[in-house]
Amino acid sequence: MSQVALTSRGRKARRPYGGTSRKSSVPWGKPSVYLIATVLIAICIGPVLYIILGGFRSNAQITTDPSGMPNPWVFSNYTEVLTAGTFWQQFGNSVISAVLTTVGCVSLALAASYVIARYNFRGRNAMFSLFAAGLMFPMTVAITPLYILIRSLGLTNTLAGIILPQIGFALPVTVIILVPFLRAIPKEIEEAAMIDGSGRVGFFFRMVLPLSLPGVITTGILAFIGAWNNYMLPLFILSDPAKYTLPLGVQAFASQYSVNTAAVLAFTSLSMLPALLFFSVFERRIVGGLTGAIKG
Amino acid sequence: MTDPTTARAGAITASARAGRPRVGRADWLKRGEIILLAGPAIVMFSGFVIFPVFMAAYYGFFRWKGFGPPTDFIGLQNYVTILTDQLFLSAMQHNAFIVVLSLVMQGPIAIAFALLLNQQIKGRSLIRVLIFVPYVIAEVIVGTGWGLMLQTTGAVNDFLGKIGLESLQADWIADPKIAIWTLMVIISWKYIGFAVILMLAGMQGIPDELYEAAAVDGASYWQIQRSITLPLLGPTIRIWAFLSIIGSLQLFDLVYIIWGQYVADTAGTSTMATYMVREGRLTGNYGYGNAVAVVIFLISLVIALTYQRFVLRRDTEGALTEKPGKDKF
Repeated sequence: MSQVALTSRGRKARRPYGGTSRKSSVPWGKPSVYLIATVLIAICIGPVLYIILGGFRSNAQITTDPSGMPNPWVFSNYTEVLTAGTFWQQFGNSVISAVLTTVGCVSLALAASYVIARYNFRGRNAMFSLFAAGLMFPMTVAITPLYILIRSLGLTNTLAGIILPQIGFALPVTVIILVPFLRAIPKEIEEAAMIDGSGRVGFFFRMVLPLSLPGVITTGILAFIGAWNNYMLPLFILSDPAKYTLPLGVQAFASQYSVNTAAVLAFTSLSMLPALLFFSVFERRIVGGLTGAIKG
Repeated sequence: MTDPTTARAGAITASARAGRPRVGRADWLKRGEIILLAGPAIVMFSGFVIFPVFMAAYYGFFRWKGFGPPTDFIGLQNYVTILTDQLFLSAMQHNAFIVVLSLVMQGPIAIAFALLLNQQIKGRSLIRVLIFVPYVIAEVIVGTGWGLMLQTTGAVNDFLGKIGLESLQADWIADPKIAIWTLMVIISWKYIGFAVILMLAGMQGIPDELYEAAAVDGASYWQIQRSITLPLLGPTIRIWAFLSIIGSLQLFDLVYIIWGQYVADTAGTSTMATYMVREGRLTGNYGYGNAVAVVIFLISLVIALTYQRFVLRRDTEGALTEKPGKDKF
């Protein structure tokens, strides 16, 4: 939802704004700027570090000194989680769910956006409005009927039962981000492709795909993180622990081993790491997708 | 009898005969492509998004436990019940509280930090990555981690003790007087990075010439920020506020994870969404739960449309109802 509002505004905003970074004089000396930035960073990543470091402590350490550092460092919490199998099973489920959601959502949205952006037909605006209106339909509202629908399709306790709705709910944002990308491809390129004997479909694969790649990557990342972090849908659809994705797994593990805080912290950090790694690799894309959209 | 009328009719027939098959085939080909390309997305979207939302509205008219087809039609009675349901009304108050506090807590802080970071300092991109980390982490992890830290014997109280602030130690989660403030702190922690990044992006969109001109005129730093940055940041602030309001109205995951399935209403942190899930899923009042969902939807919709109509209109020309005009984009 966020990205959309930003994108449409961003397109408009592109025209007058061209500024990048600037050197404005600040009344404070630079050390205080760094000091405040450091405090901000400490507040932001402190709890994250607490979770990660807590996994390297023993329960005795956590009980006697809840906010201390690991002393000595204990690795067994992490090795136990990594060798127990539950984590990997849930990791695998999360990977399947997130990858298939991303692929499904982006490919369906790309095809539909191509039609909306470059075909002239009655009902085109209605089609776009349909997806735009979908932004107003939060999963919260639909969750109970969705559960009943999935149940009547016989898909409860299957990954398909969460992947299909995830694709559906990720479509509006994806379509609305992709349409401007596809519309921005100059008509001349399409005409040239036609003259060279490539049909509309050939043009799609040869020209549209490569040219809309930045949009595809940004929307793909958003869909992936959305699916990876999704909690409500798996909570309703999946009741068999063997089918749990990591968010459900973390919660189940935390309540099952509530006395074993160190193990919970280790499990939690391990389930957070993939998202963090993914984020740091694609950080420019995510932040760029959000801020680039608003910057234009 | 070769009068002009016949000749013209003949010409029309001929041109139609010559033209129509070719145009028609291209037309059908185009229609086929449209259906083939856009069809799957529309089917998925209608089936898993539009249809369930309408079903929620439909189920909301029934007293229904979720098994078999709904038969006990009670019209608007669920909605009447909602208006007098103390648990729902207090959940709604919590949502209102969260909406307002998110705006007044996060907005000024985010703008202040964005102003601070919007200058040439070393490691700025690293800072941006790090303050964005909480936003990327799943709600479940945020809830589990903070839940552990905020226990009475947890790290937060221990840390307060270590730095000599024993008087501030509290039962952050279970004390109903404190709980909603605890929730606000966690929400602010999770979403402040997003706000800062947005504000920074908005600031970077402001043309340098304005700052140069102001500097030439001898304006002070604060004058420049007050008369250039803040006004021109207006659209960004308004969009951020919109996203924050809608997110606050839909809040579910964090509360459900930290305060649990049933505790939420006694802990003073229940939200409309946790109450809806509790009724719809845990106590099995599907009909009533769906009516609650519809009320949440209507509240969000009314607020969103009002906000868009009166606040966002000058910025977006309709971010949510945008139609692709010929020369748009």
